Amino acid sequence: MATVTGAAPQPGLRQLIGRAVPYLLLAPGIAWLILFYAIPSLQMFLYSVSTGSLEEGFVLSFTPDAYVKGITQFRTQFGNSLLYGGTATVLTIIIGFPVAYTIAFRGGRYRNLILFMVIAPFFTSFLIRTISWKILLGDEGPLLGPLKHTIGILPGTFTLTGTPVAVVAGLTYNFLPFMILPLYVALEKIDVRLIEAAQDLYATRWGAFRRVTLPLALPGVFAGSILVAIPAMGDFVNAELLGSPQTRMIGNVIQNRFLIQNDYPVAAALSFILMFGILAAVTIYARFLGTERLTG
Amino acid sequence: MTVLALDGRMENQIRVSDVDVRLVQVVKKFGDAVAVDHVDLEVRDGEFFSLLGPSGCGKTTTLRMIGGFEEPTSGLIELQGQDVTWLPPYKRNVNTVFQSYALFPHLSTFENVAFGLRRKGLKSSEIAGRVTEMLELVELPGFEKRKPGQISGGQAQRVALARALINRPAVLLLDEPLGALDLKLRKQMQVELKRIQQEVGITFIYVTHDQEEAMTMSDRIAVMNNGRYEQLGDPESLYERPETRFVAGFLGVSNLLPATIVGTDGGYAACRLANDQTVRVPAALTRGAQRVDVGIRPEKIRLSAPGESTGGQENRMSGTIRDASYIGVSTQYIVEARGGTRVTVYEQNVERATRDELWQVGTDVDLTWLPDHSFVVEAAKPGE
Ligand SMILES: Nc1ncnc2c1ncn2[C@@H]1O[C@H](COP(=O)(O)OP(=O)(O)OP(=O)(O)O)[C@@H](O)[C@H]1O
Ligand SMILES: [Mg+2]
Repeated sequence: MATVTGAAPQPGLRQLIGRAVPYLLLAPGIAWLILFYAIPSLQMFLYSVSTGSLEEGFVLSFTPDAYVKGITQFRTQFGNSLLYGGTATVLTIIIGFPVAYTIAFRGGRYRNLILFMVIAPFFTSFLIRTISWKILLGDEGPLLGPLKHTIGILPGTFTLTGTPVAVVAGLTYNFLPFMILPLYVALEKIDVRLIEAAQDLYATRWGAFRRVTLPLALPGVFAGSILVAIPAMGDFVNAELLGSPQTRMIGNVIQNRFLIQNDYPVAAALSFILMFGILAAVTIYARFLGTERLTG
Repeated sequence: MTVLALDGRMENQIRVSDVDVRLVQVVKKFGDAVAVDHVDLEVRDGEFFSLLGPSGCGKTTTLRMIGGFEEPTSGLIELQGQDVTWLPPYKRNVNTVFQSYALFPHLSTFENVAFGLRRKGLKSSEIAGRVTEMLELVELPGFEKRKPGQISGGQAQRVALARALINRPAVLLLDEPLGALDLKLRKQMQVELKRIQQEVGITFIYVTHDQEEAMTMSDRIAVMNNGRYEQLGDPESLYERPETRFVAGFLGVSNLLPATIVGTDGGYAACRLANDQTVRVPAALTRGAQRVDVGIRPEKIRLSAPGESTGGQENRMSGTIRDASYIGVSTQYIVEARGGTRVTVYEQNVERATRDELWQVGTDVDLTWLPDHSFVVEAAKPGE
């Protein structure tokens, strides 16, 4: 208070600095995004409308050829991405919800331990985990072996690896923690008194879950779905290791075009198509779940 | 009731149909800790009943057992004659106004209030009518579309009340419903709650730790301490005739004077105080004890000049003014009685209205009060 005796323009300067503070705080993030997201994205976009090859050099011709090619030639792979990624997302909700619910409401003092166990697989590389699923689901692996020979309920020719089932299983397993964590956060925030209030107002246990717990957990379902669906639809590791040429996803194509065929224009165009496709899907999904209404 | 009172035994035994809630020897333990310790209660149909006690004494736990959110360790809970001890909350004809309101944040005011009726499967048209009616009763018409995040604390309190009352329960449980409101709004809501209770005629069981709130609103109060209840009665008898040291101290200010019963005189028992002066108390209050504490409320004591005659029927002690604090409506004196006991006295600022006219510190005075204004509680245990 005593320092206000200074020169008259000081408050003006202070206000100016005060107004600048939020931008200053944002600056490192923005700089990072410009450097490592905006500029590469622009570069990619320029590739996607170019022609040529890596050896001869790319010419910026502003042709939509790569996009036309991308949409017409890779329908199956886009379809696979949507189908496998979508199925995996739904499965992570079905598997993850009871887990998150149990941790949040019944976890007691084991909460942190169980949460740790949920993220523990992250301490191992994604690649290693997926390869171990290949072993797990292998024709004579620890799952199918006994079912075929010891119990004998499956024919000897039965196989999982190389099928969509294996790809979806791998995706579900790999992305499950991304569903459980946001679901847990949403459920953990729910005041148990709200559930008691619902039961007080003649809702059965199921009724209270349906009318109170579930609606209040929807923001978690939404966040989890985004965190799972986006990387799952763009993933290529699971399809590569657990699938077959028939189960290729768009991620495999992009990877192949970029790193093996060096076809940058088509690879870049496919990336953009995937990006906008996911953006559109998320927008529709947000409308459908009505997150604004839920959180407002 | 007067007819019943003719028969001494009938007086204490309320007819079963008049009892809405009955607790029989209810005990609740959390692990080894006893939260509610052998409580017996009978709440009558249509009354405003309060559970009053300090923090942690087991009020909420008692209420939660009546609501069905907690199962008693032992004992019996009856609602309108039906044993509900093991019924889940949604099967009890009881609704609760929670301490923190617990409004559903994702639902509008309308849907919050309609929640119970929807679960009961009423027709939408009937629900709409009753919700509108209920929002009028709690003076919130036009708030239907607002979410709980968009209304004030006082309004949220009313929505919580409406949400419970709309179901027309046999009993409404309220757990410190005004605890989160500021003093002015609290006072206003106290009047409001009482009005609504009289209007709908539903039995209210009201939990509070605010003695003034309990006194102004309740028909009867059960004072709880350490999981047991100390005394049950209407506000006046609890204040005028507290039966335990705890009740005497929890409801208002009391002077407690250690005394020994030395004889009886008509309907009164003579008690010798520590300073050898003798005072009289209604004999019935001593309940046969020999060593007791005689209690007297500060506002019941009159101060007068030593030896000044005041009629001769009163109890009399002499002392010296040690402290005088002018409070405005009254003055609070601390008087040191002969023998050293300190007595608090409130005097209305009527006869001595200005500061100059007050009793001065150091003045010798006589304290007098009517024997009928005294009460008696058990003597302090050694060490207290
Ligand atoms: N779920 C619980 N587990 C263990 N102890 C509990 C539990 N609930 C209450 N208690 C204990 O039981 C005692 C009574 O608690 P209760 O909530 O009934 O008090 P209260 O009278 O409502 O107090 P307040 O006025 O502070 O709300 C307390 O000592 C409390 O710590
Ligand atoms: Mg409480």
